[in-house]
Amino acid sequence: MAERSALSVRGIGRFTTDGVLRLGYAARFIALTLLHSGTSFRRFGLIIRELYFTGVLSLIIILVSGLFVGMVLGLQGYETLQTYGSESALGVLVALSLVRELGPVVAALLFASRAGSAMTAEIGLMKATEQLSAMEMMAVDPIARVVAPRFWAGVISMPLLAAMFSAMGIFGGYLVGVVLIGVDEGSFWSQMQSAVDFRDDILNGVIKSFVFGVAVTWIALLEGYDAPPTAEGVSGATTRTVVTSSLAILGLDFILTSFMFRGV
Amino acid sequence: MERSTLDLWVGLFVCAGIGALLILALKVGNMSGFSTADTYQIYARFDNIGGLKPRAPVKSAGVVVGRVGDITFDNGKFMAKVVLTIDKHFQFPKDTTASVLTSGLLGEQYIGLVAGGDSANLAQGDTLKLTQSAVVLENLISQFLYSKAAEGDTKK
Repeated sequence: MAERSALSVRGIGRFTTDGVLRLGYAARFIALTLLHSGTSFRRFGLIIRELYFTGVLSLIIILVSGLFVGMVLGLQGYETLQTYGSESALGVLVALSLVRELGPVVAALLFASRAGSAMTAEIGLMKATEQLSAMEMMAVDPIARVVAPRFWAGVISMPLLAAMFSAMGIFGGYLVGVVLIGVDEGSFWSQMQSAVDFRDDILNGVIKSFVFGVAVTWIALLEGYDAPPTAEGVSGATTRTVVTSSLAILGLDFILTSFMFRGV
Repeated sequence: MERSTLDLWVGLFVCAGIGALLILALKVGNMSGFSTADTYQIYARFDNIGGLKPRAPVKSAGVVVGRVGDITFDNGKFMAKVVLTIDKHFQFPKDTTASVLTSGLLGEQYIGLVAGGDSANLAQGDTLKLTQSAVVLENLISQFLYSKAAEGDTKK
């Protein structure tokens, strides 16, 4: 019995030390990436190439889901607001929920599963096929050549994608609310404009999406770089990227929201 | 893929993203409202501000002329002290009246300014002398009931 409990206590100890070790590794990884980003900014072509793969190719999914999320918000919001006779506040509801929450969060979740998983798989395979070791052999730092450009591409494209998601969603809400259902167009826009503040709402949304961009690309790159160099290892790392970054996005969103919007 | 097409696509992507931000700022938000640069602050004390919130509009004749700044409690006079940030373009006489009003039946509360007849204008840091508090629904109902009851008494 005593041996049994000693074993489980040892398990807790190992879990803790592993966690701390991994956290330290992650911190060193991001520090190295930031340290080596000077080279990738000097060779901006590398970042542009990655921007194409992470940003431009994510456009379709972001725009289409933004449109549909906005349309659903328009429909559901109308149904609820109608019971209080305040359909004219539909614009406020759609705009605020998109700009503050749904835009950054849903765009980041889509980004994690569309671009983050691809990043992990790519780097994991590079490691498995020993391309990273080959680079090191040729005195090319893989962090500077492979990791840093992807990191910056993710950080740059995430706020842009979230802004496009929100804009597309508001357009979707407009389509359903004004064009389809027939809410008054003037009150839709004017109430929205008087309720949405540039600094408090839009800028905070941009800050959120920037933080999410850092978190998602960091997790994706770390998982890829740290993946066991086997087929199983790479697939496991890809799954972990999506799971961890989704949880990180939702957790960070709660923390950021509780700092930004405290009901004045 | 060739470098120039890559550049083109990324350029389009970045432009679209910045465009979306601009749309959000100008069409959705109220950035085209006023800047904080050319405003002046005046103070007003109210017995009761009801549900007035910071950043609520200050209107005169229905036109937005400024915003409500800080709302604090004046412990000397036991009144609410409200900072009104008014756009420099709009000058009001010294004896302007401020009242807490409600837009619509259940709408947000705002401050309405009614200009007086003084020849001197309000300047930065002035305090409005004449204010009118928010209408509290419970008081209104009790007054109504009271007057109804009084009416019933006289009829008998």
